[in-house]
Amino acid sequence: MAEHVLSQSPSPAQDIDVVRAREMRRHRINAALRYVLLAGVGLLMLYPLIWLIGASFKTNSEIFSNPGFWPENPTLDGYIKGWQTSTPYSFGTFFLNTLWIVIPKVIGTAISCTAVAYGFARFDFPFKKLLFASLIATLLLPNVVTRIPQYLLFRDLGWLDSYLPLWVPSAFAGDAFFVFMLVQFLRAIPRDMEEAACVDGATTWQTLIFIVVPLLMPALISVCLFQFMWTMNDFLGPLIYISSVDKYPVSLALKLSIDTTEAFEWNRVLAMSVLALTPALAVFFLAQKYFIDGISSGGIKG
Amino acid sequence: MARLQLRNLEKDYGSFRAVHGINLDVEDGEFMVLVGPSGCAKSTTLRMIAGLERVTGGEIRIGGELVNDKTPGDRGISMVFQNYALYPHMKVRKNLSFSMRLKRRPGAEIEKATEHVSGMLEIEPLLDRLPKQLSGGQAQRVAVGRALIKKPQVFLFDEPLSNLDAKLRASMRVRITDLHKRLKAEGQQATVIYVTHDQTEAMTMGDRICVMKDGRIMQVADPVTLYNRPANTFVAGFIGSPEMNFLDAEMEGAGNVRAAGQTIALGEDFAHRLSAGSYGEITLGIRPQHLRIALPETPGTLKGKLNHIEFMGHEVYLYVDIGPKRLIAVVPSASYDRGALRDDWVWLSADPKGVHLFDRQTGENISLAA
Repeated sequence: MAEHVLSQSPSPAQDIDVVRAREMRRHRINAALRYVLLAGVGLLMLYPLIWLIGASFKTNSEIFSNPGFWPENPTLDGYIKGWQTSTPYSFGTFFLNTLWIVIPKVIGTAISCTAVAYGFARFDFPFKKLLFASLIATLLLPNVVTRIPQYLLFRDLGWLDSYLPLWVPSAFAGDAFFVFMLVQFLRAIPRDMEEAACVDGATTWQTLIFIVVPLLMPALISVCLFQFMWTMNDFLGPLIYISSVDKYPVSLALKLSIDTTEAFEWNRVLAMSVLALTPALAVFFLAQKYFIDGISSGGIKG
Repeated sequence: MARLQLRNLEKDYGSFRAVHGINLDVEDGEFMVLVGPSGCAKSTTLRMIAGLERVTGGEIRIGGELVNDKTPGDRGISMVFQNYALYPHMKVRKNLSFSMRLKRRPGAEIEKATEHVSGMLEIEPLLDRLPKQLSGGQAQRVAVGRALIKKPQVFLFDEPLSNLDAKLRASMRVRITDLHKRLKAEGQQATVIYVTHDQTEAMTMGDRICVMKDGRIMQVADPVTLYNRPANTFVAGFIGSPEMNFLDAEMEGAGNVRAAGQTIALGEDFAHRLSAGSYGEITLGIRPQHLRIALPETPGTLKGKLNHIEFMGHEVYLYVDIGPKRLIAVVPSASYDRGALRDDWVWLSADPKGVHLFDRQTGENISLAA
């Protein structure tokens, strides 16, 4: 019996090596499978985007004849002609127009929402609960419902065909979602720092600017990021309020090239779509770093 | 002068009264500790002095001046918070100088003050670090430095050591008291109000201690008086470790007290200490350190069963059951002869000097007359 046992395992060390090697192999196969699957699904999701970029370098006829994304005769024609557009204005004008909406809107949102959120999160005032509840209630209101009254209001103010209706409401903390987001973030920050600043002799505004805003930075960056992307992509707002072509932002201008030419120059539309995407993507990837940095360093040691 | 006076100070939270009209005078340069169990409103009181909490009623005077309606920045105070409350996005240097920069002091002056304070607290190597790169003790020192740089009339400390480990706490304790002495020697006004729930901190640091309970002041006295002449059962029980032993008792002639069915002889001298008047039900209080092992069957001692023995090195804790009550006696190791073992009968004599009698109804100490 003893002999049998002994001969069964001549070298336990070898056994362990075998088991370990098997384990390692299984581990690697698993990992490979996982990555293949992830890459596959990722590709599936990204394919329309990849196709869009590829197709923007194709000629108009090739778009419909060649289903692959790699252009046979790459050409910048779409970009050059698309940039010129069929109007007297180049796409540069439209990008600038977008900028004139985005910049005041993002800045206005950041300032007004911070001030309002600070008020709601840190001060007691009469009807605070009621006011906050109505703020949240506006979140639940479908946008469509307010479109017509808003339009009438801005018409009476004489703001039609200007950018004012697009950014002024946001500059008065009109985006309840952002206020709510900042309030929630502020509630999680202990008051001690603000109290310390108060003892150090800071006024309420100084406390807000020197202490609260830096602490709020991660949340503020995401607010600006969201506002930037949503404004870039906003189509309905400009469509309703902007009527002269020279004031069109990019989102409207893209549609312009579909409307005016009878035979659609798809490669131009696609080329301009790619350009329209780049600022949003660039800003997102740039801000992502700060976004993550902000979150990881925002913790307060206790 | 930076005398701090509280007059009938009150604080209500809705219908709940947190602070019940307290009166307190803190002299210029005094180190006053507010101590009490959690929920005794010591922190609320401190925050009212700081101006972070609105006063419901009464007056706060700093240097004779009424400051009720002044902002914290204008009160000439500075405060050290329990969790340091350093500004996380500023380097230590900026943290220290924040108050001076708000006042738009010239750069050279800020530089000089920062150097002076960081030298005092030995935090020069940390000046270019962010608060998250500091250890707890370092952060606490920076927080003290931030308070120091303002040259305030009154320093407020809100449980500043409770987030530190025991060893660091002991060294910070010494550091803070040293700092207080140094400031006084330098001629700076250094009135300190220090809030803690830790009686060791209170006893070791305070010039005087204010013991609070449920929004009322129980006693204000220096540590020795507080220990030797507690004004009531609460103070007697709160100060001292292990806690004072309390027994329901009644007077039995001059100098004798009857408790747990036994008579304790306290002597003629003790009788003189009693306040005039008649006493109904009383509570007998004896500190564990004032109980001694007596010879068996000595008259006028407490007989009890030894339940548990804890050997602490230089002293021994004896847990003795007297009837349903358990007393703790702390005796020097030398005098504990190891003769008595668990479940043995022991006789405990009380040192009359360490015995206190309290009115059971009011809790007042009635043995402080002499």
